[in-house]
Amino acid sequence: MFEKHLMVCGATGCLASGSKDVTEVLEKELSDRGIRDKFRIVMAGCPGFCEVGPIIVVYPDEVFYCRLDPENIAEIVEQHFVNGEIVEKHLFKPPKSKEVKRFYDEIPFYSKQVFNVLRNSGRVNPESIDEYIMRGGYRALTRALDMKSEDIVEEVKTAGLRGRGGAGFPSGLKWKFTLQAPGTKKYIVCNADEGDPGAFMDRSILEGDPHAIIEGMLIAGLAIGSDEGYVYCRAEYPLAIQRLKMAIEQAEEYGLLGENILGSGYNYKLNIKEGAGAFVCGEETALLASIEGKRGVPRPRPPFPAQKGLWDYPTCINNVETFANVPLILRLGAEEYAKVGTENSKGTKVFALAGKVNNTGLVEVPMGITIKEIVYDVGGGIQKDRAFKAVQIGGPSGGCLPEDKLDLPVDYDSLTQAGAIMGSGGMIAMDEFTCMVDLARYFLSFTQNESCGKCTPCREGTKRMLEILERITEGEGKLEDLDTLRDLASSIKDSSLCGLGQTAPNPVLTTLRYFEHEYREHIEEKYCRSGICKELFEYAIDPESCNGCRACTKVCAVDAISGEKKEPHKIDVELCTKCGSCVDRCRQDAIKIIRVGSEADVQG
Amino acid sequence: MKTFCHCNNHYGLENSSIILFMQNIQRNCGYLPEDELKRLADNTGTPLMDIYSIATFYKSFKLEPQGEHTITVCTGTACHLRGSGEVFEEMAAVLGVGSGGGTSEDGKYTLEKVNCLGACALAPLIVIDGHYHGNVTPGKAREMIEEHYK
Repeated sequence: MFEKHLMVCGATGCLASGSKDVTEVLEKELSDRGIRDKFRIVMAGCPGFCEVGPIIVVYPDEVFYCRLDPENIAEIVEQHFVNGEIVEKHLFKPPKSKEVKRFYDEIPFYSKQVFNVLRNSGRVNPESIDEYIMRGGYRALTRALDMKSEDIVEEVKTAGLRGRGGAGFPSGLKWKFTLQAPGTKKYIVCNADEGDPGAFMDRSILEGDPHAIIEGMLIAGLAIGSDEGYVYCRAEYPLAIQRLKMAIEQAEEYGLLGENILGSGYNYKLNIKEGAGAFVCGEETALLASIEGKRGVPRPRPPFPAQKGLWDYPTCINNVETFANVPLILRLGAEEYAKVGTENSKGTKVFALAGKVNNTGLVEVPMGITIKEIVYDVGGGIQKDRAFKAVQIGGPSGGCLPEDKLDLPVDYDSLTQAGAIMGSGGMIAMDEFTCMVDLARYFLSFTQNESCGKCTPCREGTKRMLEILERITEGEGKLEDLDTLRDLASSIKDSSLCGLGQTAPNPVLTTLRYFEHEYREHIEEKYCRSGICKELFEYAIDPESCNGCRACTKVCAVDAISGEKKEPHKIDVELCTKCGSCVDRCRQDAIKIIRVGSEADVQG
Repeated sequence: MKTFCHCNNHYGLENSSIILFMQNIQRNCGYLPEDELKRLADNTGTPLMDIYSIATFYKSFKLEPQGEHTITVCTGTACHLRGSGEVFEEMAAVLGVGSGGGTSEDGKYTLEKVNCLGACALAPLIVIDGHYHGNVTPGKAREMIEEHYK
């Protein structure tokens, strides 16, 4: 019998912040004291709070240790695990608060979250099928095995599940089309080619709860009459692939995959295909081409994959998160499932919250929650108390929403109306030091680079738009550029072959819609107020605020800052490379962004 | 030379496995050598032109030998906002590769960009030979290279 269960976060985020070293030291410290066998150490899935990693959650004590370092471990082992006293200084402490928070239920980051899809992530050993089963896993499958195909489809339809990959197409309807398509051979494909920069929900689900995907796909197979499936996963996610492979082996061993599943006569074979680094392969027809071993270029639809998909057989393609919702629907029943969410968007949505908020990480919230609640209550507001400028939702296909849209409920239709999209779930908060023109340029250079080149509007149109944006950020913009951008955007949207091109102009359109004044400032006044576009601003030190602490001189790589100790410093604009290191270092907020050539006004 | 393309039609190879075979070749050789691709073309009965078109379409395939150490800078949105561009510029200068990345002349380093590694909370992020380093600055990245990889 174990005395304590230690769940160490073993997902990519925490591994990058050193959770592997932490585990090694933990093993050693316990072994040295001869108590190793009383503790069960699990490299668990992601509990979401990447900002404070590495994390160890201790059960049954219900203690959440965070921001750990290998050097902290001996103390925790000695004081807590040997002497039974919680080490308070390694508990979570919200910024500006003296009170420590002991467990999930007290930490504000978790207060508005609802764990449906992430119910097991961080709470079970993702490499153990037994633990998944113990938490109610594969119960939905056994229920589905007793149901008729049509009834399973109906259940998913009634639950109101919509595709979590971006467009929000009703999943039940998609299943129905594939079920009704003539043919005996049909395929199920799970799209795990999560290419949107700033999105890592699917990775976390695969790493933290791989069996949920297998179960979801098995149920989909029963619903549409398929006996074979593919998971197409991004090669940049090696851990996710490894965990999934392991899960498939275990499921086969338990008779939950393969021939004659649980004696029902149902056969199902699940294959993994590794991507090779092409963003466009997230588009369903391109993804199918890639599985077939070809260049991953999209083709016109119709015919939709539901009629003619993989090797021309009817194919049902859903995203990782969509499949992870399926076992839940079958287990709870459609009505119970649909209690969470809004009228047209049911259930929860997982977001990867990143950018300039205090609490970055993975969050699962009920549909209908406002953006404000996500950014301020879950995300803990903007870092360093800076002003909120915008939130970007939906990655390169999405849009930027300004402050007055903070009260917008997060559901498919409200977001589309505001010009953004739900997208796969990347949500990036931005502060006053983010330039919206540069951001539009960034996303466009991304889509331009990833355009497969098959259709002209996307290949050439995005290139022209990018050239204009580059000109504007370099101070060479003209006012008529704004109209040209709008024109190009609407043609590209209307005439591109696939979703990549059709949505590529969105970041430009929404920034033009809500932040046109910044574009105009770049063009007319040659000024970038956010201090990003290097040709369009200078740094200067405000002599009133500078206390001469010399912190900035130490970080300046080109020695552009001079001044005596305790006297106001000066920046030599000729030497300054505008890297911004000094701004981040200055505690007095004395380094200001000014217009080019207006130095005299500040430094007097 | 040792060959890594063990495929031939005895195994009932389908064209759908071409990407998989290329991934295996790259895993073993570090890149896709011309000879191996020619062999793959012969063994699968696929025109070399088609093989080449696949190899150039997918970003992860390299047609040139890679450096001893690979340094990858994440340029995802969160990393971009927190200054990954500056980190990349600094790395290009330190490693002596062009401003767009690539392999250094002595074959020691390869610098590349990646779209997103999905560890946005730790932005900006760089990966050196498979080890992740979060919250880097141009200065920190330079120190890491100079201390451990020079």
